[in-house]
Amino acid sequence: MSEVILEAQNVFLSFHGVAALTNVSFKVRKGEIFSIIGPNGAGKTCMMNCINGLYHPKKGSLIFKGTAITKFSPHKRAEMGLSRTFQKIELFRGMTVLDNIRLGRHLRLKSGILSSCIYWGKTSREEIDNRRFIEEEIIDLLEIEAVRNEVTGMLPYGMQKRIELARALAVQPELILLDEPLAGLNLEEVEDMARFIIDINEDERWNVTCVLVEHDMGVVMDLSDRVMALNFGVKIAEGIPSEVQENPEVIKAYLGEVEDLYVSRR
Amino acid sequence: MSAADKQRTFSEISITKDLTLPKLLVRQCHKFGAGKVAMREKEYGIWLPVTWQQYLENVKQITLGLVSLGMVPGDKVIMIGDNRPEALWTEMAAMCGGGIGVWLFQDCLMDEVKYIVDHSDSKFYVAEGQEEVDKALAIRDQCPRLERIIWDDPKGLRHYDDPMLISLEEVMKIGREKEAHNPGLFDKLVVQGKGDDICLLFYTSGTTSLPKGALLTHYNMLTMGQNLMRVDPCTPSDDFVSYLPFAWIGEQMMSISCGLQVGYTINFPEEPETAQQNVREIGPHVMFAPPRLYEQFTRTVQVKHLDATWLKRKIFDICMKIGYHNAELKFEKKPIPVHWKFLRSLAEIGLYSKIRDHLGLSNVRHAYTGGAAMGPDHFRFFHAIGVNLKQIYGQTEIAGISVVHRDDDIKFDTVGTPIPETEIRITEDDEILSKSPSVFVGYYKMHEETVKTLKDGWLYSGDTGFIDEDGHLVVFDRTKDIMILNDGRKFSPQFLEARLKFSPYLKDALIVGHQRPYVTAILCIDYNTVGKWAEDHGINYTSYTELSQLPQVYDLVEGPLREVNRSLPESAKILKFANLYKEFDADDDELTRTRKIRRAFVENRYKNIIDALYSQIEILHMETNITYEDGRVIEIKADIRLQDVKERGKK
Repeated sequence: MSEVILEAQNVFLSFHGVAALTNVSFKVRKGEIFSIIGPNGAGKTCMMNCINGLYHPKKGSLIFKGTAITKFSPHKRAEMGLSRTFQKIELFRGMTVLDNIRLGRHLRLKSGILSSCIYWGKTSREEIDNRRFIEEEIIDLLEIEAVRNEVTGMLPYGMQKRIELARALAVQPELILLDEPLAGLNLEEVEDMARFIIDINEDERWNVTCVLVEHDMGVVMDLSDRVMALNFGVKIAEGIPSEVQENPEVIKAYLGEVEDLYVSRR
Repeated sequence: MSAADKQRTFSEISITKDLTLPKLLVRQCHKFGAGKVAMREKEYGIWLPVTWQQYLENVKQITLGLVSLGMVPGDKVIMIGDNRPEALWTEMAAMCGGGIGVWLFQDCLMDEVKYIVDHSDSKFYVAEGQEEVDKALAIRDQCPRLERIIWDDPKGLRHYDDPMLISLEEVMKIGREKEAHNPGLFDKLVVQGKGDDICLLFYTSGTTSLPKGALLTHYNMLTMGQNLMRVDPCTPSDDFVSYLPFAWIGEQMMSISCGLQVGYTINFPEEPETAQQNVREIGPHVMFAPPRLYEQFTRTVQVKHLDATWLKRKIFDICMKIGYHNAELKFEKKPIPVHWKFLRSLAEIGLYSKIRDHLGLSNVRHAYTGGAAMGPDHFRFFHAIGVNLKQIYGQTEIAGISVVHRDDDIKFDTVGTPIPETEIRITEDDEILSKSPSVFVGYYKMHEETVKTLKDGWLYSGDTGFIDEDGHLVVFDRTKDIMILNDGRKFSPQFLEARLKFSPYLKDALIVGHQRPYVTAILCIDYNTVGKWAEDHGINYTSYTELSQLPQVYDLVEGPLREVNRSLPESAKILKFANLYKEFDADDDELTRTRKIRRAFVENRYKNIIDALYSQIEILHMETNITYEDGRVIEIKADIRLQDVKERGKK
């Protein structure tokens, strides 16, 4: 069994007395695709926000690569190799695709303002390396050559989702949080996106651990190594996809939505 | 550039029966060496050059690799994939080893792939990436002669470990080892070739039946290229962008026959989707494309025009008027008065140069169209904006082309005059025959077809046409497509269809009228333009099917029909039409891979719509299936409206 990259220990989160997460603990192992499922309002995105640092848990702790990150700010966590995409697209709509991706890369730039102004020697080499990384690794992988110079806001929704992933990858993360990457996509886009997720997870150049929140059960069951189910902020099941799928608690949580659980677009 | 300059920079090669394409490749590579770029490919956002020396080196490695894997002279190497340098290297490598190149259209369905791989007896299958490899793996059991599947893009192929698969890189590595053990083998192989050897087995698109494999020799290809270059010389410093399928003879003609002889730089776009941007970046000097590409250009301009502000539209309209007038004078070979010249130069600054730039046509000296009929309106448009667009006529069986317009002698209703060393004759029943050194040797494994097509060295084209008073060839239509109208007049449906397609709202059309009481049309709307129009007019729709059947859309497309009717004789006027609920698609066998309509098939398929067009029914209920590229079939139910074309001139 490979090492644990992310661990949540007894995480509690509440808003004005409403419990969003209650005593949630889980471990994500390096190299796996770990999915969080649950009905609407189960606390999936809250969990993502806690991991990423947008929310701070009331109790409990988060450990990333052996370091307690509970108190860290989001950008500090990103620097450590933890990046994410959003359920609702959070791109800079007025900027080009390339600029959005480069922005994700900003965190990895070492040169200061002064040396950037002079743009000589190490700085220019660094810039060239970064551009090469973006072009060869990200744009080529996600097949977005045709839109690299387009203004992001003008692109179709499915393409914007892809750009979000591109920006998250520019951080060169070790762990990526994907918050409903397939929501609102058509069948072809879903298939593409699922392939990209597998690619970044399996490809030796990336080997990114993925934490996936997704409603499309067909994809979740296909892609995930392990699945955790939440309901009303409480963890009700965890295990390999087939186990979780048959877990009576999970079926009950989805009761009335039983069919949804098995809904697949394929 | 004057004709004299061209003569200086491009010296004609002498073609003997001993010369082959590989021999020419070696010669050109030695001549240009590492100092000149043979091809460029845009990768990772940058144009990466390949010099002639590298070109030869790569071809050498692949050749020797293939030979090590068991290729012997006469073996077929089948290729499928996007246009990229590796594709050209493999094709040349197959020829260098004495093999024969075969090309597949990238979007071919499984059945077509199977048929051609099997029929051509291909031994090697060179794929680009996962998609093409999957096709090969699916059909290999039915193609016993297939031995190896070679791929070059590793994306998605991580878990493929079939023993039949091998990467192009691996093939090149084996080639390098072979070279180390056996230096000089490559040169020996190349020297063995003779001009009369078969170099390409080219499958024709087949509007009527199964694809036929035309066998072309080195001599065929070389003479065709040379004769075209005699008409319109290119120079080694020219640029050409290769982005149309290699499985189309026109692309072979530009990239191999002409490219290799002249030595111009061939540029490959980054991805098919970026081709238009990449063409603009390169600004090619010569281009050859089927009419649909030019139709797409005009449609783009028309749509942008609709979107522009009032002032811009006005400027456009005025400048186009000037352009059309000038073009008209040019076609009529009348001198252009000074004041029109002056106006033209103003319009050039104000409009034409910008449009040409946006379409990537800034540097184009010769733009050719061929392979299907093109409407006169498109032709006028391009000449109005200063693009030297010329018709070409030819077929795969003559290695590409046989007839072309001359620069100062362009008539948009003709295809021009024969290229050197080519004779054209019209038979008593109006069939076009041609004879030249480029006429193919026959169809592969189809003796009967060969006998029918090739008699005494004359190529029977199956096209009907005549030679006009200026000696220009006029191609009327495919002989079997010509329709006889109710008054006994012969008429070309293709001509009507081409005219209709000038409307930005229409993508395709099928004209029916052979031995019928009147002429009717089945139209395919252009989803983008009509969709945009509907949006602008606040009309809701959810799908192509729904959009196509809206009464407002019927009224919209009736406009171009009325327009076309205005210039037609009474018996040829289109009286009734229907919008189809889907576009014609090659995957449904309605179009050939080069997007020519398969008339008999389509007429049969939509027989009920056609019958309804000749009845009093106003709405026809239909149920049918649509096939996707991955083989999925879905059912469509639709109500088709049938509408009369109202009185001419009445709005």
